[in-house]
Amino acid sequence: MSDNTIERAAPAPLAIGTLLATLLLAAALIALPFAMQALGQPALVPLASRVLIYAVAAASLNLALGFGGMVSFGHAAFFGVGGYVVGILYQSYTGDEPFLGLIPGTDQLLITLPAAILVAGLLALVIGALSLRTSGVQFIMITLAFAQMLFFLFVSLKVYGGDDGMTIRRRNALFGLNTRDDATFYFICLAVAAVVFLLFWRIVRSRFGLVLAGIRQNERRMAAIGIAPYRYKLAAFVISGMGAGLAGALMANYMRFVSPDMLHWTKSGELMIMVILGGVGTLLGPLLGAAALVTLETVLTSWTEHWQLVLGPVLLLVVLFTQGGLNGLLARLRPGRSAR
Amino acid sequence: MTLVLEQLLNGLQFGVMLFLLAAGLTLIFGIMGVINLAHGSLYMVGAYGAAFVAAQTGSVVLAILGGLAAAAIAGMAMELVVLRRLYARDHLDQVLATFALILIFNQGVTILFGRQPLFVSVPPALNGSVQLLPGLAYPVYRLAIIAVGLLVALGLYLLINRTRIGMLVRAGATHREMVRALGVDIRLLYTAVFGLGALLAGLAGLMAGPILAVQVGMGEQILITTFVVVVIGGVGSIRGAFFGALIVGLVDTSLRAFLPGLLRHAMTGSEADALAAGLSSMGIYLLMAVVLLVRPKGLFPAHV
Repeated sequence: MSDNTIERAAPAPLAIGTLLATLLLAAALIALPFAMQALGQPALVPLASRVLIYAVAAASLNLALGFGGMVSFGHAAFFGVGGYVVGILYQSYTGDEPFLGLIPGTDQLLITLPAAILVAGLLALVIGALSLRTSGVQFIMITLAFAQMLFFLFVSLKVYGGDDGMTIRRRNALFGLNTRDDATFYFICLAVAAVVFLLFWRIVRSRFGLVLAGIRQNERRMAAIGIAPYRYKLAAFVISGMGAGLAGALMANYMRFVSPDMLHWTKSGELMIMVILGGVGTLLGPLLGAAALVTLETVLTSWTEHWQLVLGPVLLLVVLFTQGGLNGLLARLRPGRSAR
Repeated sequence: MTLVLEQLLNGLQFGVMLFLLAAGLTLIFGIMGVINLAHGSLYMVGAYGAAFVAAQTGSVVLAILGGLAAAAIAGMAMELVVLRRLYARDHLDQVLATFALILIFNQGVTILFGRQPLFVSVPPALNGSVQLLPGLAYPVYRLAIIAVGLLVALGLYLLINRTRIGMLVRAGATHREMVRALGVDIRLLYTAVFGLGALLAGLAGLMAGPILAVQVGMGEQILITTFVVVVIGGVGSIRGAFFGALIVGLVDTSLRAFLPGLLRHAMTGSEADALAAGLSSMGIYLLMAVVLLVRPKGLFPAHV
């Protein structure tokens, strides 16, 4: 991680410009479904939901990876487990058979989302507590190993569909809303994403966030001034896992389907790509990255089945030649700001 | 008893195959500090190269040369164009850039050869099986793989420990900056090591051809296992890669062979098979997690 990122993470007085830009973005996101409807492109609304869901997942990964300097190659584990929580609770609900004979199933979004967050958080606590004993390339590999273990576990669990995954016939219910409706579901995703991004914004600017940035830059120095890095890193890792679990739960609702694919290591790679595309260690970067990747994927697949042949070089160029991804590019394009 | 012995040999064969990949990977990481996710792609390129030449010419020798050349050329190109720029970057950029390389290689091969797996026949000279023990017939081809793998291991051992190049490699693995400061052309060394790693990966790939189907994605499957090997053995250590590969090969093979039988005592057949398949796939990752928790630097750490 480069040394200058702390300046970005450091609390600065909220500039009027930033506030305006944020409000503008929020307004645009709220207006989006109506605009799509007016433009006669309602099919783009689900796409926007997808972007928001991936943005939540990527932002969560970014908390560990960008702000905490923990390169986790296993965040698909939390994403997928979040999805499976929704799937399993739904199966128990329709089958009227409590999970493990104890936990009754449900189709209420207000229960399944917190449940997914909780389970993913506990999982992140276990995985993080063990993995954080290593660092560097070993950390990358051990997080990958844990994710692969869970992948193969779910592949082998025939009760939950094994390889084929499980279908969730109807999206979870929220109040009396018709969650099947694309616009309604979009607004649910938007609300969740707004809460998550607001929360991460607060976290990054808090004392905790500063300590985390300090640890990323020089763990030994932080230890020397009396801060135990392990606990802070673990806390950040757990929060990050919870966010990914939340995103997974939303994704399961979005697709009405869960499969081990959500846990596959390429999914971890995809989330990392989003973070890098958008800009590591920036707040809105993951949103940009998710939007860029999902759009790129959609556009390219309509052109050719070999869309990854285009994605690969794009990715290479971004990694090799842009510093700070799309967000960095934007910052450099903005007049009157020094490029960082 | 013969079943156990047969599975041990299978494990050994898988182990030496992993070693060929892991040796290159661990050298590249140990010396250049690069995590090369696209190492599996070189394996795939080697397999496709050999399969293609074999189909065109029917000659075993040419197929072997073709596979090795394809992997080496792909590896050199990879190093010159992409990896060279990544040496000073952090792991994150390396993971991402080489992930992008995987996408490019996979799609490139799909366009060239299609999605259908290619099947390669065993070279006629190595066809058939030999009677190792009464009641234990074992395919000659697999024995040949084991022999080649062990020979390469021996060769690498001699190269690393007995030659001047090996000395530079060892020095580079322990203290890169110092080697550079002493006036060694480090770029040449990097390219040479990368080429060697690519050759070994290609060798593994072309030998795997007749056993497994040659298909897109074959690289990633074995790549992740190879990473497990490298991490268990200790990143940057050839000796670690060797023992790690044998351990992983034996553990993985025996879990796959014996776990279903054990589980069938406890549950019905199909469920036992599914669960055993999952558990045996998890086995090596579990092993790696345990090793890392006990010895965070692996069993044979290179940088002491």
